[in-house]
Amino acid sequence: MEQNSKNQRIPLPGANVFWLNTTVGTMTSDDGSFKLPYDAAYKKLVISYIGFRTDTLLIETPKSIFHVLKASDDLGEVTISARRKSTATSYLSSQNISTISSTELLKAACCNLSESFETNPSIDVNFTDAISGTKQIKMLGLTSPYILITTENIPSIRGASQAYGLSFIPGTWVESIQITKGAGSVVNGFESIAGQINAELVKPTTDNRVFVNAYGSLNGRTELNTHFNTQVSDKWNTGLYLHANNRSQKFDRNNDSFLDMPLAKQINIMNRWQYTNLQKGLISFLNVRYLKDEKQAGQLSFNPKSDRLSNSVWGSEINTRRFEVSGKFGYVNPDIPYRSLGLQIAYSDHEQASYFGLNEYDIRHKSVYSNLVYNTIISDSRHKVKTGLNATYDRYNELVNSQVYDRNERSVGGVFEYSFDNLDALNLTAGIRVDHHNLLGTFLTPRVHARYTPWEKSAFRVSFGRGKRAANIFTENQKLFATSRQINVQSSGGAIYGLDPEIAWNYGVSFLQGFNVFGRKADLTLDFYRTDFENQVVVDYENPYEVNFYNLQGSSYANSFQAEFSLNLMTYLNFKTAYKFYDVKTQYDSGKLKKPLTSQHRYFANLSYESYSEKGEGVWKFDATFNWLGKQRFSSTEISPQAYQLPTYSPSISTLNLQVTKVFSEAFEIYLGAENITNVTQKSPILSSENPFGSNFDTTFVYGPIFGSTFYTGLRFKLN
Amino acid sequence: MKTILLTVTMLFIGTLSYGQNKNANASIEVDGVCMMCKKRIEKASLKTKGVKSASWNVDTHELKLIFDENKTSVEQIESNVTAVGHDTKSFVASKEAYESLHPCCKYREEGVVEDHK
Repeated sequence: MEQNSKNQRIPLPGANVFWLNTTVGTMTSDDGSFKLPYDAAYKKLVISYIGFRTDTLLIETPKSIFHVLKASDDLGEVTISARRKSTATSYLSSQNISTISSTELLKAACCNLSESFETNPSIDVNFTDAISGTKQIKMLGLTSPYILITTENIPSIRGASQAYGLSFIPGTWVESIQITKGAGSVVNGFESIAGQINAELVKPTTDNRVFVNAYGSLNGRTELNTHFNTQVSDKWNTGLYLHANNRSQKFDRNNDSFLDMPLAKQINIMNRWQYTNLQKGLISFLNVRYLKDEKQAGQLSFNPKSDRLSNSVWGSEINTRRFEVSGKFGYVNPDIPYRSLGLQIAYSDHEQASYFGLNEYDIRHKSVYSNLVYNTIISDSRHKVKTGLNATYDRYNELVNSQVYDRNERSVGGVFEYSFDNLDALNLTAGIRVDHHNLLGTFLTPRVHARYTPWEKSAFRVSFGRGKRAANIFTENQKLFATSRQINVQSSGGAIYGLDPEIAWNYGVSFLQGFNVFGRKADLTLDFYRTDFENQVVVDYENPYEVNFYNLQGSSYANSFQAEFSLNLMTYLNFKTAYKFYDVKTQYDSGKLKKPLTSQHRYFANLSYESYSEKGEGVWKFDATFNWLGKQRFSSTEISPQAYQLPTYSPSISTLNLQVTKVFSEAFEIYLGAENITNVTQKSPILSSENPFGSNFDTTFVYGPIFGSTFYTGLRFKLN
Repeated sequence: MKTILLTVTMLFIGTLSYGQNKNANASIEVDGVCMMCKKRIEKASLKTKGVKSASWNVDTHELKLIFDENKTSVEQIESNVTAVGHDTKSFVASKEAYESLHPCCKYREEGVVEDHK
């Protein structure tokens, strides 16, 4: 009970009542009453409630008691002046992990996961080609197939979903993203080479009860996201997440007779079930997801009904269906919290039917993934051990024009990872896994990373590790179908399309230093990574009439240097800037060359400001992101006729994005933004667009934005 | 095969029956004010042979311990914690140990405690 200013007694529901030094306790009910079992060993009863003084009563015999709590007056006013950064790199972890929080994700009205990285300098986002509107990400100068992309630690963007998968995860479903540069943990598999990206999805227990997001852009795109979360019983919660997007308006601003962006339709439905039983230490998730995505690209006058695979009008359709079920089960021993057991199981069926002009490409990929991990310690919690078993199955059926490619992949593996933390300046993680794979053979994957803090607010990290993977040459390089190039796979008798598995080592060092500039927080990160390929499936575009796939002969490497500086200019004004240098070279048949369409220099800057409001209402948020990309090499067009020759390098390019958000209340906010506000475009992104069935037709020479400036607006509504 | 099964079962039962002693839970009150204190308290506890896990809560001052009763005792852990300068419910740290604390960790001074609120 509490006493108000008129000395009336008001019942206080939800106060904590428990016997001191025991776990026997309860909460007061709506009328402020409570009942507790008594034992002669219990002496002191503690009653506490936020904002009131905690009282301890001496109880000698079981009896009914009545107690009035006094409001505590020593809480005073709390002003929080330091704000958590929306992207933070840990000072303590041994891996170079930066976490993008939900705040950062709101800085761009990102529609899907591929656009979530536009305000992050570690990841490059580029268009893959001039027709599909697909954005591809790169890390350390390497494309996304070399990055292990997981959702809640289950590998998700791989195999058939490699090309478009990032656009199949709606932005509002993402709670946070963890980016690990370089060699990551061995626990989630052997495939990662450049790094790992994990997207945590919203959870039924922590997401808003009702969430609605509507988005509309002048480029013709509309989106709707709705989330509904509810508690089913004291242990079960469920959430239903619906996403739909549509672009039905045709645009051809550069007058090349081709759509600047494809027409698109997507329906994406996810249902999550969460089971939580903290007394028994059990937590579990069950997910079911269904996706249907349809894209139509090509010439403006293309009508899929009459012009499909005709050689008069060039057009393309990409239709995808995906069904996915996954489950996670976790057990933490409530008495021994450092012992836990986790099991992940996932099944997916991904089907893509597509054609690009006269090229047909279909893929169906069924996949089963299972991973069992046990965590414990050796002697004490400074020495942690993770050990696990992992089994995967992948079935691929592909049709490339009239050629059928079928294959099954099976692997089983064992993992052991040890981490040491001296609770101070040093921690180290060393992991090894051994896998047996029907096409890759039996092999070891070692990975090591360590952190050392030589002085305050600093972290020095080193890492190295190995990765091995089967390159899915067609699905990873789908842009080649939207060209007139002839596809040549130079078989060497290997197990995957006649080619050998890709093997690479990654080495990295990074240094993070936090300091104060005129009393304001700042930090500087410098990192250098090198990826060295022992074998790579080289994708060679150097002949404009062909694309060649062959095993690497000679060296292939990617060096990446990044300097990032962030500064808190005023309490609510933050500035972040980064410079990146890439040196990515591969031995092609025609010589050792820079990787095409990878700029050597990149500059990035982001400025964000948030107005201050005592209750968080009426807040304005402003965000500006600037990107500059240096010249990028075009693959050789030397032997083409003069009219279809390109210079050796593209011009440099810079873009600016802006966004303003107005928060009206906890429940409602509106945002307005501009993408590429300075209207920078690549003038003629399609080579030979006037003759799409000619031998020089090519849509892959894309180095900059195709569409130019566009404006969008949207709203977010939350109910709790 | 039978013997292996039997041995495995015995080992399993063995772990279970000694489980209580080997993973004893205890919770003690330790005075301190900040994250630096947390590090120091946990480190002192973990360096005690037999302690498997130690986690101190900066708000409640509660130090949760898991330790092997065959190897150490709550008293032993408490004395190690006081040796690095932190008072526990039943032991008081020596003046020298307390003086060696970083100025921001001087939890006996009201001003320092106020600063951390």
